[in-house]
Amino acid sequence: MGALTAQIVRSSLSEVLGTIFAVAAGIVVLELVLYVILKRKLQWRFSLPIMLVSPALIGLLLLVLYPILYNILLSFSNMSLRRFTVERGLTYGFAEAWNNLKIIFSEPVLKQQKFFPVLFRTFLWTFIQVFFHVTIGMMIALLLNRPMKLRGFYRTLLLFPWAIPQIIAVLAWRGEFNYQYGLFNLLIQKFGGQSINWMSDPFWNYVAINLTNIWLGVPFMTVILLGGLQSIDPSYYEAAEMDGAGKLMGFRLITIPLMKPITTPAIILGVIWTFNQFNVPYFINQFELETSDILVTALFRAAFEYNRYGFASMFALIIFIILLGFSLAYIKITKFSFGFDKAGGGTPLQAVGE
Amino acid sequence: MEQNSNVIISGFKWFFAPRRRSDSPFKRMIIHIILIALCVAAVYPVLRIVSVSLRPGNRLLSTSLQLIPDDATFESFRIVLQKRDFLLWIWNSLLITITTSLLGVTIASISAYGVSRWHFPGRKAGMIFLLATQMIPAAMLMVPIYILSIKLGLVNSWRGVVIAYSVSSVPFSIWILKGYYDTIPVELEQAAMIDGTTRLGAFYRVVLPLSTPSLAIAFLFNFTQVWNDFLIARIILQRAEFFTWPLGLQRMQGQFQTQWGEFAAASLMVSVPVMILFQLSSKWLISGLTLGSVKG
Repeated sequence: MGALTAQIVRSSLSEVLGTIFAVAAGIVVLELVLYVILKRKLQWRFSLPIMLVSPALIGLLLLVLYPILYNILLSFSNMSLRRFTVERGLTYGFAEAWNNLKIIFSEPVLKQQKFFPVLFRTFLWTFIQVFFHVTIGMMIALLLNRPMKLRGFYRTLLLFPWAIPQIIAVLAWRGEFNYQYGLFNLLIQKFGGQSINWMSDPFWNYVAINLTNIWLGVPFMTVILLGGLQSIDPSYYEAAEMDGAGKLMGFRLITIPLMKPITTPAIILGVIWTFNQFNVPYFINQFELETSDILVTALFRAAFEYNRYGFASMFALIIFIILLGFSLAYIKITKFSFGFDKAGGGTPLQAVGE
Repeated sequence: MEQNSNVIISGFKWFFAPRRRSDSPFKRMIIHIILIALCVAAVYPVLRIVSVSLRPGNRLLSTSLQLIPDDATFESFRIVLQKRDFLLWIWNSLLITITTSLLGVTIASISAYGVSRWHFPGRKAGMIFLLATQMIPAAMLMVPIYILSIKLGLVNSWRGVVIAYSVSSVPFSIWILKGYYDTIPVELEQAAMIDGTTRLGAFYRVVLPLSTPSLAIAFLFNFTQVWNDFLIARIILQRAEFFTWPLGLQRMQGQFQTQWGEFAAASLMVSVPVMILFQLSSKWLISGLTLGSVKG
């Protein structure tokens, strides 16, 4: 095990700060080059914004686009721990890609579970999670949006699960699912029920994972929805009330449509984040039951426990295509534009109200 | 008699005011009860960690549901703080988190200004690209990043991690900041420029100070993202001297049964920096987030 010594402090400090300064110096050089080329030589009117966005753009290309392209290349290979270099039998080609595809859809992804059961479980998981996050989050947001005493106090406490580090929260929940000492079984016993084997029973393990993630995900949705509710002008409700609309009707005809610019991206992001949620299904699943794996955790195990890199790359590609398809379809169905067409400001309300 | 009931009534009024005329006291009572129940559900698991961390070593695996044990002790905290590997994890995490968050927010705040104020060619494609990066499963980048790190010799070094962490939250930060800049009238910058400053001077003196809420939120997100990251650290930092706290705690949890109390104490201590940041930025949380990420 490592221990904190003066020497380690010195070396880590110098390496980290050195890298930061190298990046900063790189940015300065880049800006100078762009300045000379765009502003001095071409005198382009957009040279300043291009100079402003280029550091982020280049960073993202390096960190996101390059690995993705490399991932596609890897999915056309048979790379594994054994065949890591060309000398040791690594080959690229369409035959390898076809082979990876064939294994994904015909053989177990890890040892027992095939692709489609895992896919189904992932869909079910995403649906359950987003459904509960939005409904419970909306309920809490509506409660918090009323004028009342102790509102700030409630808000602070309710956002609590969001504030503590996710891994800590997940590991704490895992402790509560302990057969003998966990909170859930203690409560069940108190009410005279049979203790549940949360860790080794496939069904209950899946339930445990879902419970944990509902607890984790609701606060974020609450914040987003509360922000939306607060931006709705109360005079809309007063006008509706004068026209004789009840509370429920007001919710359906005013709140829901006016919240659409907020709920749509929140739901898209919620689906993507849940679909890709790693920590909860990975850590709660203490005994590595394949029956609790969703696509992302199965992918992680295929890559880093079974070391099948080529196969895992193709697997990752398929997951990405599924997500992309979902997002495009959802954007198309809800006719959502993400505000690209509008120049400058405006609250969400103005965008809808016109 | 009448005075007494007046006191009681005004007490009730204090508790339930300010109120809408349409809500009966009973209904408000129900709302408070629901909210209290939800708060308990939100906080209880964390209170249990507090409880475990305070138990003396011989009673760690208790079936009691009591929150503060009668014989509470800070023994577990003392043991953890005396472990020099715990201090190493904290040092590593703090160092990498603070530096990369500062760098990441700086890059994002500058780029977001370009995106917010100019309709340069490729702007729309760029914003869609930013959104698309959020759709990519982190696990999808893991394999290529791992293989590339091996081939570039970045495994077990800080260089690759610094770059990866600095960039990883940039898309989210740009979205937040761009949305916020959009709400600041351009006239303010034009006025500053008439007073003799350059465009960038106006950005620095006018726009940035006005954007404190969203800058705070962007920093908070960068910080929590890096502070809590498990995946990238797990594949690149494999030697014990590079461990950040998630890696260290995971290893510690391997011996879960025996070190429950120490684990709980360590968990509480690593939660402190994030909680402090959340508390500091809580007044900006809703405005900073909503104006930014959500645009119709």
